[in-house]
Amino acid sequence: MKARATPSDMVMTHNSIDPVDAMLIHRLHGDFPLSEQPFREAGEQLGLAEDEVIARLQRMLDDGLLTRFGPLFQIERAGGQFLLAAMQVPEERFDVVAALVNAHDEVAHNYRREHTFNMWFVLGCTSADAARAVCDRIESETGLKVYAFPKEKEFFVELRLPV
Amino acid sequence: MLNAFDRQLIHATQAGLPLVSRPYDALAQQLGVDAVLVRERLQGMLHEGLIRRIGAVPNHYRLGYSANGMTVWDVDDARVDELGEKVGALDFVSHCYRRPRALPDWPYNLFAMVHGHTRAEVERQALQIHCLLAEASRRHEILYSSRILKKTGLRLPGTTDGQ
Repeated sequence: MKARATPSDMVMTHNSIDPVDAMLIHRLHGDFPLSEQPFREAGEQLGLAEDEVIARLQRMLDDGLLTRFGPLFQIERAGGQFLLAAMQVPEERFDVVAALVNAHDEVAHNYRREHTFNMWFVLGCTSADAARAVCDRIESETGLKVYAFPKEKEFFVELRLPV
Repeated sequence: MLNAFDRQLIHATQAGLPLVSRPYDALAQQLGVDAVLVRERLQGMLHEGLIRRIGAVPNHYRLGYSANGMTVWDVDDARVDELGEKVGALDFVSHCYRRPRALPDWPYNLFAMVHGHTRAEVERQALQIHCLLAEASRRHEILYSSRILKKTGLRLPGTTDGQ
């Protein structure tokens, strides 16, 4: 299965975003219609034709402005777990270890961070046991300790930055 | 627990909705079911919280939020829940969790994600968190992300009905 977004370089220069794209991202954050022609319905509210909505979304996906367009699943509502985990990866092995970690479908995202704990990833699994098993596999594949940081309490979630 | 249809529906949409005029019809055809069933079940998943939202998932870095700081705090266990609520309520905090420490390597038990256009902005935000936590926080760090290594979102494993 191919990821739509390629891993992006964050130092990429930010070009000012097209105002119509910005409006689309903002308005299509959620509440996407569950009607027969949802792009048409969404476009009507924005004064855009259905095919323009589709074309813009496709272009934003292709350009990496959007990483996905669709449902965001909260697997924990069905007995699953999103598990944050971290590793201290020696610099000279970083890319090799990143490839080993990313090869697991369960790795929903993975970030390099500036710290001795330099790799931080989230596993999306259908159970806590499955998540633990993936951590164990990554430990045996890499020979490195995987630190698991399960949520003990969630204070807030959902990011909506002004576009 | 996920039933077989839920699994199929997640598999079919986890990479994104088809960008066509009638996306739910397209899904229904792919799954060999009635389109009404697809729309009703998606609605049900939204209602149950199994889908958090349906919409655009932006790449925040490409939108100019290039400074992504995971702020981590070593907070007095007796006060972490009360203070976590307050940190989570700050409008620039996108995620806030209590997580286990991994002593001695990792002393932090409160994680708050903040996003800014610059590191100076993130540091100002961290300062606000620090003021709020005051003496209840013994130490803290900001872990900046320097690369997205992967960002696919949830992917259910394989085609087998496992775990």
